[in-house]
Amino acid sequence: MTSRIDRVEISKVAKRYGTERALVNVSLELRAGSMCALLGHNGAGKTTLLGILSTLVRQNDGKVRYVGGGTEVEGDALRREIGLLAHSSLCYAELTARENLELVAGLYSIEGGTSAIEAVLDRVGLDARARDRLARTYSRGMLQRLSLARALLTRPSLVLLDEPFTGLDRGGALAFGAELAALRDGGAIVVVVTHDLEAIAGRTDHVAILRQGKLVFEERGTYDYEQLKDIYHRHAN
Amino acid sequence: MSTLSHAARIAWKDLRIELRSREIFYTMAFFGGLLAVVYSFVFPSNADMIKIAVPGMLWVSIAFAGTIGLSRAFDRERENDTMRALLLAPIPRLSVFLGKACSIAVLVLGVAVVVTPMLWLLLDVHLFDDPGVLILSLVLGSIGFALVGSVFSAALIKVRSRDVLLPVILYPLLIPLFVAGTSVTAGMLAGNQPKVWYWMGFLGVYDAVFLVVSLWIFESLVIE
Repeated sequence: MTSRIDRVEISKVAKRYGTERALVNVSLELRAGSMCALLGHNGAGKTTLLGILSTLVRQNDGKVRYVGGGTEVEGDALRREIGLLAHSSLCYAELTARENLELVAGLYSIEGGTSAIEAVLDRVGLDARARDRLARTYSRGMLQRLSLARALLTRPSLVLLDEPFTGLDRGGALAFGAELAALRDGGAIVVVVTHDLEAIAGRTDHVAILRQGKLVFEERGTYDYEQLKDIYHRHAN
Repeated sequence: MSTLSHAARIAWKDLRIELRSREIFYTMAFFGGLLAVVYSFVFPSNADMIKIAVPGMLWVSIAFAGTIGLSRAFDRERENDTMRALLLAPIPRLSVFLGKACSIAVLVLGVAVVVTPMLWLLLDVHLFDDPGVLILSLVLGSIGFALVGSVFSAALIKVRSRDVLLPVILYPLLIPLFVAGTSVTAGMLAGNQPKVWYWMGFLGVYDAVFLVVSLWIFESLVIE
């Protein structure tokens, strides 16, 4: 049974690593059909917050509630709904693209495995000849496409992306941004951590800025590149 | 049932990668074999002394070669952060642990398959007189090693000095396993059946206890 997440409530979340405070009382609400750009300098706490949202990092204080259909979604049902695209590819270098996705399809019990895999590989534009090559032979751009395919295959309703545009050329980054916008339009909650403001300009409708672990700015609206740049420089510094 | 089927999927993934690269097994087997060769040179060629020492040689070789395999098996999960992907999958996290432990047990057993005949050939000790006992003890020993090793390798996956820390944490916990393993082998060579089955039982209990403990603590150790 699937329980799509339509709201994530982050309330007063704090995280410490030893004496280092990575997040301090962060409260934020994420809604279905929106793309939240989580911005801030290196070390601001963005990746930690993404880790907490992905359930792989435990907060020290505060609570994160994942709500779907009016009830709280937890455990395996919650993890089924989370798609993560991280700094690393999360794919096995010694497996081909198809084998990597077959593993994911098996672990997520995805019906129609083979056709779903081919469809998602077509969607991300991974060349047909490359699909049976080992992932370690891929360029950075191809690996990023495979990572996206991996995240999309499970049809997540909460998509977490950590610097998804790294290593992509301008055209690739803009195409990737368009793919994220399509996910948002399909009703997913998209959270993207990035420094590439151009790639998300005009697509993000929610901006949150972290500085030294604190949420210093949050606003909903549509922003062009200049507006995003201005907001970023005013609040992140 | 689904826990075991997902564990089998993860174990098969590991073994498929290993069958393709053969990197871990070759390293482990080469190191284990090398130890057997070194033993054959450094111990005096006194048949009685060799017979007493060979059980220790066998299990120390398995321990050292197995530790190399453990490190590399979890390095693979670290390289592209694939451990995160496994932990994020909507499957019981115990499946991840059991799958990794299973593939490591197979590799350790593979090393034993290489080292045991080498010790027999190089030192002329009749390790295969009771193959059933030998195989059972090596299987139980490999399982115990893999259970304990997988928990701590997974827990140390993000620790910078994990290569140093792993044996420091692991070996004290493995001492009972090696005592039991060497005792079974020594009992087998001496034809002492009560000793063999006492320590074989101990190996079984060790595996059962660490299976329960590992299943209990794995999740709390791998989530940051």
